Amino acid sequence: MMKQLFDWLEHRTGARKVVNEALYENIPGGSRWRYVWGSTLTFTLAVQFITGIFLWMGYAPSATSAWESVHYIQEQMTGGWFLRGLHHWTAQVMTVLLVLHLMQVVIDGAYKAPREVNFWFGVLLLQLVLALSLTGYLLPWDQKGYWATKVATDILGSTPLVGSYLKELVLGGADYGHHTLTRFFALHAGVLPAAVIALTAGHIYLFRRHGITAKTPLKKRDEYFWPEQVLKDAVACLAVLATVLFFVVKYHGAHLDAPADPSSNYPARPDWYFLFLFQFLKYFPGHWEVLGAVVIPGIVMTLIFLMPILGKWKLGHRFNIGLLCAVLIGAGTLTISALREDKANVTYQASVKQAANDAIVVKDLAKTRGGIPPDGALVLLQGPKLFAQHCAGCHAYGGHNGLLAALSGPQSAPDLKGFATREYLTALLDPAQFKSAKFFGGTKHANGKMAKFLEENADALAGTNKVNLAKVIKAVSAEAGIQSQRPMDTRDATEIAEGKKQFEALGCTDCHSLGKWNPEDSTAPDLTGYGSRDWMMALLHDPSHERFYGKKNDRMPAFGKDQKLSRQQLERIVDWLRGE
Amino acid sequence: MNDTPSEKSDRREFIKCASCVIGGAIGLVPMAAGVYVAMDPLRHSGDGTAKTNDGFMRLATLEDLPLGGAPMKYSIVADKADKWSRYKDMPIGAVYLQRTTEKQVVAFNTVCPHLGCFVDYRKEEKDFFCPCHNSNFSQTGALKTGVSPRGMDSLEVELRNDREVWVKFQHFKANTTEKTPVNS
Repeated sequence: MMKQLFDWLEHRTGARKVVNEALYENIPGGSRWRYVWGSTLTFTLAVQFITGIFLWMGYAPSATSAWESVHYIQEQMTGGWFLRGLHHWTAQVMTVLLVLHLMQVVIDGAYKAPREVNFWFGVLLLQLVLALSLTGYLLPWDQKGYWATKVATDILGSTPLVGSYLKELVLGGADYGHHTLTRFFALHAGVLPAAVIALTAGHIYLFRRHGITAKTPLKKRDEYFWPEQVLKDAVACLAVLATVLFFVVKYHGAHLDAPADPSSNYPARPDWYFLFLFQFLKYFPGHWEVLGAVVIPGIVMTLIFLMPILGKWKLGHRFNIGLLCAVLIGAGTLTISALREDKANVTYQASVKQAANDAIVVKDLAKTRGGIPPDGALVLLQGPKLFAQHCAGCHAYGGHNGLLAALSGPQSAPDLKGFATREYLTALLDPAQFKSAKFFGGTKHANGKMAKFLEENADALAGTNKVNLAKVIKAVSAEAGIQSQRPMDTRDATEIAEGKKQFEALGCTDCHSLGKWNPEDSTAPDLTGYGSRDWMMALLHDPSHERFYGKKNDRMPAFGKDQKLSRQQLERIVDWLRGE
Repeated sequence: MNDTPSEKSDRREFIKCASCVIGGAIGLVPMAAGVYVAMDPLRHSGDGTAKTNDGFMRLATLEDLPLGGAPMKYSIVADKADKWSRYKDMPIGAVYLQRTTEKQVVAFNTVCPHLGCFVDYRKEEKDFFCPCHNSNFSQTGALKTGVSPRGMDSLEVELRNDREVWVKFQHFKANTTEKTPVNS
């Protein structure tokens, strides 16, 4: 039955002949491990095509959706981290394999006649794969990719005469934006892979036409490609895959930095395989840069391209090997010195640490705030960033500056994590905690009326009035209308109504008002709408307003009234503090 | 050391077998990972649907709807989660509202139960008409002619505070005789 089917297929397509030609290629001197590199590269290419197409199903190229969709693939789609990890790490391993393949070809003299054209195909493929790496690096639209690519496109922009036009064409406009991503993605997933397929087909065709460059002396008798060499190739591919899987599991996929932020001081660094070029540029100041960026790499690439012609010269082969060794040793040395410099650079290390913290914060926000707003994930980070810059001089957020870094000085105003929630108010109304550094210990309110009230009534509030205080807390907290507490607020409506009555019974109305601001009787902040968006915006506008602290305001600036921050910036801080 | 012809043959068979197994396995890893991730929507079915509190939304008041008048179209606007994004007040669909008696309002999803096209109301003919496959529904939503397997999908309506029209917006499975809610 199967034979009949295969015969039918053979008659119509000639497939058996093609397969036989592929499998029964003669290998002079038999199979050898040194012939596996081309196959491992073909394998990694196939992995990239397969994983790339599946990643494509989840990727959305635009400045407000690229990072977000990659984050979704990585964190939300089951197995997405693994798929992305496979694509990322295979790309890294591919770069190493390319170098090994090139070394093998040059050392064995496989570029010599009649294989010149095939060698050129290979060099072009090397450049295409590097272009794929460069374009792919930008696609997650994270800090690392954004800043590294920015340096690369700025180098392009510095090309004499046509630089600015080229740069604008590549970016799809004067600056980075939606079209930069659509263009890079079209290059990465369309143009470059098509070119790679065409050149690889040509590369393999020419390789088959001229046969393998057998390493002499031949140690064994000739063999066919199938099955001895196929097994060696398969085992080598398995080793490649095992290496990739090791890194995928070790790093739980691939790293994703915080979303691209043009306003941040992120230290731009290319991926490791371009680090030598980055380091090289440091030795070419000012207008000499074009030498390091374009001229010298261009000369080296031209010399590599000319290897088949140079190889005809008497000492040509040795020159070629020497050139390759010099380039690899040079690149290796430059890479090591770049890594060493960065390791010793305290500012760089601090920036990397901060960027990693930003990534943790924004990922947590994307996860805990029910999704990312249409403006993109960068907006989520604005709240904590503004807090770190303008508020963390006095306040803390969960013991840090909002971005997981330590405060620059001692905390001297309340820690605002969970502000206006029931937990927050419960802790605040504990006399010991009220005066602690976590709340008002660093302010003049530590010895104010509220502190005294809590101390004097500590026994009653912890004893007979404990239940009533809990109701007051629920009532005041409900004023905030905090999203995460809404179900609880709806459920506890009766207790909240009771709490509003107890607010007066416990003596809170001696200083505060609740329900309606009463300027005549209030000497402490009005708690009507306490913790709500409007209340917080009004407080940030002017904390010295008589509705809030009046003359008792310690040091808090009038961010809105004095135009220290725009309304939109204040909203970002407030929304973040409120957990929205 | 020379192998016997039988040993040689065994070895060759083993090599062939090992090549196929390893070759298959290394190809399977990326393909399986991709297919598994591509199947992700099946593991999150129901995600991305609009969320309203109890499903009911306030759309109109009785005064907005003339008694015995033609059905009026109302857009449904709600917060929506779509994969990584969350949107506030996004249009997610539409309903036809029609006041049939003093205190009674009927609501229909504007989507055709056949294959999901938007159904128009024709004032002259006083009927609902699907422009895709020409299904025709009476003002009561009943199927008059056409290929739709059922009449238009009516929605639950509540009158709150004696005048507010609240509708429970839902989608239903297309092209079945039974009216089965989806993503609820």
